Amino acid sequence: MPIHEKSLIRPENLVEHDELVIDGVDVSGHWSTFIETRAISDYNEDLQDEIGALGGGENIHRCWQCGSCTNACTVNAINPDFNPRYWIYLIRLGMESELVRDKDIIWQCVSCNKCTYACPRDVNPEGVMKATAHWLEMKGHTEKKPSMIFDEAFSEQVFDTGKIEDGLVLRQFFQRTGQPLTQPWLVTLVTGLIKRFPVFYLMRLGLATVFRPRTKGWSRAKAAINEYVEEVEAANRKALKLDAKGAE
Amino acid sequence: MSGKYQKVAYYPGCALEGSGHAYNRSTKAVGKKLGLDLVELKNWNCCGAMEVKNIDPKIQTYLSARNLSIAEDMGFDTVMAPCNGCYHNLKKAEYDLENDEASREVNSRLSGKAGHNTYESGKVETIHALDWIKHSVGEEGIKDRVKNSLKGLKVANYYGCMYTRPRHIFPEKDKGPGSESTSKPHFMDELLAAAGAENVDYPLKTACCGGAHALSDSDTSTKLVLNLLTTAEACGADVIATECPTCHTGLEMHQIRAEKVLGRKTSVKILYFTQLLGMAMGLSPKAVGVHENFSDSMSLIKEKKLA
Ligand code: SF4
Ligand code: SF4
Ligand code: SF4
Ligand code: SF4
Repeated sequence: MPIHEKSLIRPENLVEHDELVIDGVDVSGHWSTFIETRAISDYNEDLQDEIGALGGGENIHRCWQCGSCTNACTVNAINPDFNPRYWIYLIRLGMESELVRDKDIIWQCVSCNKCTYACPRDVNPEGVMKATAHWLEMKGHTEKKPSMIFDEAFSEQVFDTGKIEDGLVLRQFFQRTGQPLTQPWLVTLVTGLIKRFPVFYLMRLGLATVFRPRTKGWSRAKAAINEYVEEVEAANRKALKLDAKGAE
Repeated sequence: MSGKYQKVAYYPGCALEGSGHAYNRSTKAVGKKLGLDLVELKNWNCCGAMEVKNIDPKIQTYLSARNLSIAEDMGFDTVMAPCNGCYHNLKKAEYDLENDEASREVNSRLSGKAGHNTYESGKVETIHALDWIKHSVGEEGIKDRVKNSLKGLKVANYYGCMYTRPRHIFPEKDKGPGSESTSKPHFMDELLAAAGAENVDYPLKTACCGGAHALSDSDTSTKLVLNLLTTAEACGADVIATECPTCHTGLEMHQIRAEKVLGRKTSVKILYFTQLLGMAMGLSPKAVGVHENFSDSMSLIKEKKLA
């Protein structure tokens, strides 16, 4: 059975009669299993265009469903439900409600680009995954995922100063996702280093917060980038037919 | 092979100023030992790593274009980036500026407003630290300078994702003998072999460590890294050689996390290829920043008499 038909055999779409005799033959229980008739009427005909309008999704229309992306995919190897080809299929058909069922795993793409390497149609499935994850959040289907929180913390620093300080990104990320900095493995990581090189490391940790690394003469680039980001956000919201920022 | 890349612009990137400082130190030390000149890009900016493109890919292209324009202003036609992320992004920007009108537009607009030259594709060549050593002094140059051979050291060479994927942004790869391969890269293997190392046949050279989600989806990363580590051990490796600060730190972090969270202890060591080359050429562990690594490799270094 092709994967895009797996929705047909979800438990809620199967019907069984506990006691059923047809033409004198007892077909009680699983002998009488049948699939509920289903008519799909809630297509979102603009789904492909919406995702294609977001950064990375531009080439989704080129997909011919060969499956090379899923076959090569790093995350698929550890979770078979992570299936780029399937999601591209749903998007191109406009099956929004089916796509939304996987809202909690699509963001897990690790950007390894094995799919992009394998794709014969230049679809850039990695970009499509990011655009889809972005779309799910913008449409309010899901809360902001940790990866987006991380991307934002990181990018804000780059736009602001031209550089990042990895300790600060880490602290901000843990703060914004409400995780303690005292997780045992993190503590082991840091104390292992401190044991071998205490002064330097402590100094760097301390100084970097006071003197953040920055690119000289960055202020004009910062203004230009921030202006552009606002335009992109407005264009994205328009493409998804969302109200102006903040309305949600 | 010799002659090329004697003096190049150097783009260390943010990771090499922070958690990957050992790579910075060892790259510079090795360059010095080999008589190669590195001139750091003035006022460079972060390339956006794997994050900014998720806000908007064209900003990421601009970030790299700005760095390339600086190299051009400084009179260089080659920029060397030791970090896979930086290297990948510079290459990607080069490709997009060559092939995508919209990227060119955004770049010229942002460059204009930021008040610097607009970089145009084709002016500056981006190379990785591996290309740099391979094409400047090559294996022969390494062999001539080896003082402490890496003989008997079993190495798994790990290149990660961004050095080879996607293929189209690396037009110089897969060009037959002498060129790098995107499916089975070999430059690091060759340089370390020249220093005496015994490379194991490691099938996961270009597998992914989950670095993009090292923190945001750490369970996935830990699983991926654990697989890299146990496979290296199964291949008989004493050490995994790395050529990227993100891969390197990812392996170190999740080696610890696998032990603390999953109870899976692995003992294979993790060192930058520049640290191994440096020690082979007689530099002390300290001179190549072994003390700056998160994981402790001194026992192996002493056992193999590299210190
Ligand atoms: S590899 Fe490309 S063409 Fe094939 S299914 Fe995936 S996206 Fe579509
Ligand atoms: S980039 Fe994402 S979708 Fe593509 S192969 Fe890697 S994990 Fe899978
Ligand atoms: S990839 Fe990493 S090191 Fe390179 S500039 Fe970007 S953030 Fe900084
Ligand atoms: S191996 Fe890991 S860190 Fe290295 S490039 Fe891939 S994801 Fe990034």
